[in-house]
Amino acid sequence: MIGVAHDPWMPLLVALPATVACLLALCDRALPRRVVDVVAMLTVLGVTTGSVALLIGAGNGRSLTWLGGWHPKDGVGVGIAFVADPLSAGLCVLIGSLATCALLYSWHYVARGGTHFHALMLFFVAGMLGFVLSADLFDMIVFFELMGAAAYALTGIHIEDETAVEGGLNFGLVNSLGAYLSLTGLALLYARAGQLGLPQLGRLLPEHRVDVLVVVAFVLVLAGFLVKGALVPFHFWLADAHAVAPAPVCVMFSGVMVELGLYGAARISLVAFGGVLSEDTLRRTFVVLGLVTALLGAVMCLGQRHLKRLLAFSTIAHMGLFTIGFAALRADALTGVVLYVAGHAAVKAALFLLAGVLLDRHQSVDEGQLRGLGRGRWGEAALFFTAALGLAGLPPFGSGLGKAITEDGAALSFGHWVPALFVLVSALTGGSVLRFASHTYLGIGDRGEPETKAESPEDEEAESGAPRHTPATMTTSIVGLVAAGIVIGVLPGIRGFASAAAQRLLDTDGYASQLLDGGPATPLRHDPAAAWTGTGILLGIVAIALALAVAAAGLWQERLPWLRLGHPVMRRLHRLHTGHIGDYVAWLFAGLAALVLLVGLART
Amino acid sequence: MQVLAYLVAGYLVLVGAYGIVRSRHLVHAVVCLSISQSGTYVLLLAVGYQHSASAPVFGSTTRPNRHVVDPVVQAMTLTDIVVSATVTALLLALSVQINKRHGTVDPDELIALRG
Repeated sequence: MIGVAHDPWMPLLVALPATVACLLALCDRALPRRVVDVVAMLTVLGVTTGSVALLIGAGNGRSLTWLGGWHPKDGVGVGIAFVADPLSAGLCVLIGSLATCALLYSWHYVARGGTHFHALMLFFVAGMLGFVLSADLFDMIVFFELMGAAAYALTGIHIEDETAVEGGLNFGLVNSLGAYLSLTGLALLYARAGQLGLPQLGRLLPEHRVDVLVVVAFVLVLAGFLVKGALVPFHFWLADAHAVAPAPVCVMFSGVMVELGLYGAARISLVAFGGVLSEDTLRRTFVVLGLVTALLGAVMCLGQRHLKRLLAFSTIAHMGLFTIGFAALRADALTGVVLYVAGHAAVKAALFLLAGVLLDRHQSVDEGQLRGLGRGRWGEAALFFTAALGLAGLPPFGSGLGKAITEDGAALSFGHWVPALFVLVSALTGGSVLRFASHTYLGIGDRGEPETKAESPEDEEAESGAPRHTPATMTTSIVGLVAAGIVIGVLPGIRGFASAAAQRLLDTDGYASQLLDGGPATPLRHDPAAAWTGTGILLGIVAIALALAVAAAGLWQERLPWLRLGHPVMRRLHRLHTGHIGDYVAWLFAGLAALVLLVGLART
Repeated sequence: MQVLAYLVAGYLVLVGAYGIVRSRHLVHAVVCLSISQSGTYVLLLAVGYQHSASAPVFGSTTRPNRHVVDPVVQAMTLTDIVVSATVTALLLALSVQINKRHGTVDPDELIALRG
């Protein structure tokens, strides 16, 4: 039996990057650039090491600490707990690793301007770590805002670029409004329960009637996290922010920040609302969100010519798949989601960094303008194609394994349309990236209509005096990410950890009893489903074949006139993405109203 | 009395959001966001309010056994205000930059991110 390990050092993980960030911001321009690089790098390496130690310390169970030693007495407490279970500690490792890659890549990338970039990156990391470790609703929202503020600033860090500031503002306004709505929901919950710790809420809410207030509070609390998680119709900011943010920042956004939105929604729904909303209610609510998100993301991805927007919509589509996996509320599907998120983070980060390399060299990531310009760069092309195939779920990539396990598990909850949807979405998103790669690196396919400048977003200005050849630090981080994508799919130990993470997330009674009563951990089952299966590999290969077909159809679309039948739909969808802040907020409220109806109807 | 505070809170949140939807000026939109957020202050304070209770400061005149209003919501409101100040400052700075680069702060004329 595993008891609760008390780990008083846990807050240090958040305090370290925040402190270094403050010091770096204070020493702006007083320090040479290399010193700043080294200090920031050592800090994120320290965070990663600490996270790995946390993960090992938590083992299959949980370790926790009550900040300031405010322990609960007889199950009642006013203190705030930090909890590390395999999922939250694993996310900390992911945050640390991605930040390491991003900083390694930006060794040469963000060439100008003081210590702002590094300080903001460290604040961003601190905010995310605090968010995943916190077991208190108010704390989660505060850390959520901290990482949000750093993220808005990072998006608009090239302040001389007109689109970057606009993207940053859209991102900031919509996300802040989401966070304030979460706060409104939190106030309603506090009025009802008088406590804000997640496990306390989980125990106190069922003592009252389940009425409209609970449903409205649930939807409002989730608002901020759904906006961050870019679920349709709360997703509009994501493509704008990704199109304009520097590549290393996109790595953090797509790799982990967006997924944290789903993590927050999942943790809160299960622990705090598990007693008042039935599993079926949660299942129906989240599967609808996931389905709409996956389909819209995939279709929008197909229609993009701007590589970073294309990758952004692929992230939205994958968020839809992750949400469907979570909605199944089964340990096996969630194991798959954990692996899928990790595998997706690795290949998506590699693709964003490659986009950064292209942008650096050609001052554009537009498919039409880049046509054939990558010819002869075989190493880069190989990395691009490998990562694109990994995104589509090629075995043995971690994304492929995660996809296979998720679709298997979710099919048991929802039926056989799930694997079909997963294959379709993988093929559409992977195919779009493959089409871009073939255009750019092979120079094959139709020339397409010439790009009209006013229609497509401007890219951030490339760095002046950036080196023509790709520096070794950039290549190293890209190769490392692609390799990590494969390792996640191959190493059996990671599957065991993912299975433990999934079971601990669903074990909400154990969560409450360990935190509040100091009870023992519930024993874990061994999950034999977490492995490559024949069907999984077969479906992976089908997805790859379809992705190649999608890419080919995209390359030679002028010879396939029947493809034009889809154009009016695509145009209409594109027109919805107006880049207008007022529209985004209107969609946000329409989505919330729909969600209240959805949860209300699902309850009856 | 209590009901009025809740109504005001809901009204502020919604009217702020409506202001952003209809905004023709980014500074106006950012201020509307702050208005929306001030709804959360009112809501939090209304939740912790108790009739004829004093401020939660214990000293020679207020003994620990007296009725006081809930200090937790007040602490949350303060934290909230700090966060809001940061975010508002950041968004206003971005608005200034947008004005410099685009020459306009009307969301209807900012079309660089369309599509």
